Amino acid sequence: MAERATSPGFLRQALRIAAKDLRIEWRSREVVMTMTFLAVVVVLIFSFAFVVEGARPPAPVVAGILWVAVVVSGTVALARVFDREREGEAIRSLLLAPAPRGSIYVGKVAATACLMLVTEAVLTALCVLLFAARADAMLARVVLLLALGTIGFAAVGCVFSAALLRARGRDALLATLLYPIIVPILIAGARGTAHLLDMAAPDLEAANFWTQFLFALDILFVIAGLWAFEPVVSGD
Amino acid sequence: MNALVLRAVGKTYGGRRALRDVSARFEPGRVAAVLGPNGAGKTTLLGILSTLLSPSSGAVHWGDQPLARGSDLRSRIGYVGHDPGLYGDLTARENLRFFCALHGSDATAGRVDRLLARVGLGDVPTDAVARTFSRGMQQRLALARALAHDPALLLFDEPSAALDPAGAAWLQAELAAERAAGRTVVLVTHDLEATAAIADQVVILRRGRVVADETRPGGFAAEALRGLYRDATGG
Repeated sequence: MAERATSPGFLRQALRIAAKDLRIEWRSREVVMTMTFLAVVVVLIFSFAFVVEGARPPAPVVAGILWVAVVVSGTVALARVFDREREGEAIRSLLLAPAPRGSIYVGKVAATACLMLVTEAVLTALCVLLFAARADAMLARVVLLLALGTIGFAAVGCVFSAALLRARGRDALLATLLYPIIVPILIAGARGTAHLLDMAAPDLEAANFWTQFLFALDILFVIAGLWAFEPVVSGD
Repeated sequence: MNALVLRAVGKTYGGRRALRDVSARFEPGRVAAVLGPNGAGKTTLLGILSTLLSPSSGAVHWGDQPLARGSDLRSRIGYVGHDPGLYGDLTARENLRFFCALHGSDATAGRVDRLLARVGLGDVPTDAVARTFSRGMQQRLALARALAHDPALLLFDEPSAALDPAGAAWLQAELAAERAAGRTVVLVTHDLEATAAIADQVVILRRGRVVADETRPGGFAAEALRGLYRDATGG
């Protein structure tokens, strides 16, 4: 027998798992295309309802549309994030590897967040175009809010997605379980974005508050996710 | 290498007892077959040996170390199930590179090619993803994946299910090679003929209990094994 191998570090394992998921997605582009298509449809439907010729929709409406599209498309990513582990029972091989369960979780969160961020780039551009939303310095702050919201969403969602790995009707169950928990993320994201997109006078102080609130939620959700993932994924 | 020892292992799911007081000893350099009718607890036993399940009672020791769920000892265990445990959208080499790296073992192209050659997949196209492989090729790749980190304990769950006769013969030769390499091999199967051809030890489960545990280093005669199974399970 060969000399025993040394177990790689937590972050390196997480990166490997995320890179593997992204490689598979890069090959098929199946999830990101579906996410982007759904997100664009949501924005277009709302734009038909709210954009009246010559009148710009109010900032809270634009913010609401953006975040609803993020949540809808993000749910597609979460529904698929563990599907590839289930097919062919790859999850068993993954759990038998000496990777800490936490690194599997962090890898899955990172991969999901990457896919969501790609879709969000398209979404943000579409909102600027359709709703004549601000495309100035405020946009960078909106991007920060989106990134923080995405991390929190993926952190909660990956735990539920793992828990429902072998459940029947898991797509419906996922949304039912997930949405009540992510309400604070949705509120913080939408309110913060609305303050930033206000054309007359962006309220930076309020936007900062919601950004910090989202950051705190991310810490809470990631810690809770790391704690909950092991028993959830082991499913003993 | 050390023996794997189960002492009065029990497993309960809800109110249902899948295993009751299972005691057995699996030695290195032997192939042990776990037999029994459906629902006898074979796969549950393999789940406990693989550290994916924890026993509800009793204990499993590997040498002087307890083999508990999530134990670090899992890095020395290779598992081949009836599902291949691979990513269908990755190529054979990508799958092996990923699992080698995850186990912290050599993931270089040369090592991966050697692993593929060892299981007879040396000439597999570099761009073919695993889902396009035949069942037999997937099973070969699964074995390469299980061997990627040079495990001391190899667990097989119905490894020959869905394999053609040539694939089954290849698998038997592989099991013999792993035994010769000094690994502990435990396989769960329904295939008495294949068991007789390869196993040195047979553990028969019925309704979660060990009803027979026989070791014959020279192997079992097929007829004798059928008789043993019939007597132990009543079927």
